[in-house]
Amino acid sequence: MYQKLTIRQKQIVWAWAFLAVPVLFYCVIRFYPTANAMLISFQDWNLLGDRTWAGFENYQKLWNDPVFWKVFRNTFVYLLLGTPVSLVLSFVIAYHLDKLRFMHGFLRMLYFLPFMTSAVAMAWVWRWFYQDVPIGLFNNILAGFGIPQISFLNSTTNALPAVLAPAVWAGLGFQVIIFMAGLRAIPTSYYEAAKIDGVGWFTVLTQITLPLLRPTIIFIVVFSSIGFLRIFDHVFNMTTNNPGGPLNSTKPLVLMIYDTAFNGFDMGYAAAQTVVLFTILLIVSLIQLRLLRSE
Amino acid sequence: MKTHFRRLALAGLTTSAVLFSSAASAVEIEYWQYFFDARVEAMETLIKNFEAANPDITVKMTHFPYADYRTKVAAAIPAGEGPDVVQLFYGWLNDYVDAELIQPLPADSFPADKIDAEFFPMVQAMKDGDAYWALPTAVRSLALFYNQRLFDEAGIGSPPETLDELMEVARALTKTDAAGNITQVGITAGMTAQDHHWWREGLVRQFGGEPYADDYKTVNYNNEAGVAALGFYTDMFLGDPPVTAIGFMDEPQAAFKAGRAGMHIDGSFRIGSLNGTRGLKWGVTELPANADGTRSNYSSYWVNAITTKAEGEKYDASVKFMEYVTSDEAMQIWLDVVGELPAKPSVGLTDANKNDETFGPFIRGLAYANTTKFANESDQRQLMVEMVERIQLENMDPAESLAIAAEAEQKLLDEYYAD
Repeated sequence: MYQKLTIRQKQIVWAWAFLAVPVLFYCVIRFYPTANAMLISFQDWNLLGDRTWAGFENYQKLWNDPVFWKVFRNTFVYLLLGTPVSLVLSFVIAYHLDKLRFMHGFLRMLYFLPFMTSAVAMAWVWRWFYQDVPIGLFNNILAGFGIPQISFLNSTTNALPAVLAPAVWAGLGFQVIIFMAGLRAIPTSYYEAAKIDGVGWFTVLTQITLPLLRPTIIFIVVFSSIGFLRIFDHVFNMTTNNPGGPLNSTKPLVLMIYDTAFNGFDMGYAAAQTVVLFTILLIVSLIQLRLLRSE
Repeated sequence: MKTHFRRLALAGLTTSAVLFSSAASAVEIEYWQYFFDARVEAMETLIKNFEAANPDITVKMTHFPYADYRTKVAAAIPAGEGPDVVQLFYGWLNDYVDAELIQPLPADSFPADKIDAEFFPMVQAMKDGDAYWALPTAVRSLALFYNQRLFDEAGIGSPPETLDELMEVARALTKTDAAGNITQVGITAGMTAQDHHWWREGLVRQFGGEPYADDYKTVNYNNEAGVAALGFYTDMFLGDPPVTAIGFMDEPQAAFKAGRAGMHIDGSFRIGSLNGTRGLKWGVTELPANADGTRSNYSSYWVNAITTKAEGEKYDASVKFMEYVTSDEAMQIWLDVVGELPAKPSVGLTDANKNDETFGPFIRGLAYANTTKFANESDQRQLMVEMVERIQLENMDPAESLAIAAEAEQKLLDEYYAD
């Protein structure tokens, strides 16, 4: 049988033989659960009993749930605040770090270190930084100058930025490294030509560096957007006593899903939220790819 | 579902049978509880004693953090993996029964009339018809912990007896720094800890109300008594001057342990973890009474039950184990190690225990305690947390915030009791 195949067919057989493992893996670990989650979103299931059909009930409940809209808003605040801030910060750092020779490796290591640190440990340390006196670092400094303390986490307005800050910091190292790789990939001949023409640094930045960094920027924007849309561990660990609080002001969609599924045991409702998150991720990624696509 | 479950259970049993076939006639049963230092230690002692008396049975204890406990139990038992004997909160019983996770205790070993007569009446919530589904080793109630060193420093001779005295003492114990920040609280506060129980079953009743009606199916605190109780509570941190701060040192029990809080309301289970704290000299007294001298407390308990996974000789071994962990001896060990009170008045209400400096206030508290029947404890607590947050962070009128909480809790109860 195998002997009768042409060389081309044999190549295909072998290709599929090797592909079979990842394909199987993806089907079992990715596609099946995804399809199953979509199915569950139309059902009622408490993890223990039978699954029963609920039609669009879960989605209707979601539409009418004020907490969902609050959470929806929070998720986009994380995205719209986190992505630009981390993009600008990481570019500025990478741009200057790239020009720096003195202790270059050491500084790069310092920026990269938070990325390698466990998010849980980091969140807890920051949680203590943010406490009120007598244990909070920031408030102790303020109190040292006689300034009244600021409620960081126990506030409906300050809590979200306070939770976001360490998340931005944690992702910075990775983005700096990617930006630096992007900067190094720009051929030096462009810069030499600019130098010969006597062009200022601003023109070099806007006419050469940024346009040529476009693929890098696209990658980082998409990558960090997905990260901020899925933010969970920082929020959860910094607000464990009252997850997503106070008054749901820091709750992102993923935390709501977790809460619905594993505290409320309402799997159908949680799956409906998951489908919404999936759709958001898909749309945001597609829009970004389209907007940033080179002509 | 049922046949599916049986098949899984069988599969689980066969696997374990193959694995343990070398161990001959010895039966191993699994026991699960959540991780709390003193409880694990007490259970280790109980298991050791039980195994000494029953050499053919071994008990394997597994424990994990409280946060994961329910999920893991719920996922493991249907898969035929979990425990034979499991510990669960009294408020979860209905869910466990509905999901067929546990089976009733056999009537010959656990006759209902005998249990009715011997255990504290609150345990009867575990009874369905003539059979008990589960039984506790210990019950718990609330009391007021105080820091003796801070009391001496402020020249306070004895712990407060009434709510007014509580506020007075708390004011004397509160310290602020130059910037006006609180650096030591008179009393801890936070609905995320035990305060929601104190508010529901303690303060609301003491201000003349009844938190729930109709066997805990109807919310009944959205009235004058509720507003007064909430006013008392929020005055602690919004009054002038405040005697506490929500979230002070992250967690109430942490502030008390660190010696930065004069007083702290907590359950008897806290005794074990406070005992070993260096430099902390503490005392405990009954929850303060109102002006008329009325006291009110909240009691709750964790129970042990046999799961549907236990069959055959494992079931027999599980029954024996259940008999031991609900025995008088086990209750006294649990009291000594964990500080939780025996579930039988005959063991708990001995003169020695009642007059005990540490356990006494809790045991006396049981006499006037109520047990809330929760539909979903964590969600109902969350509503209390948010009720206070709306007042504190959004300057909402307390009566309005109370009404929102009452409405939300009623909705939750209605949904739960609908099916």
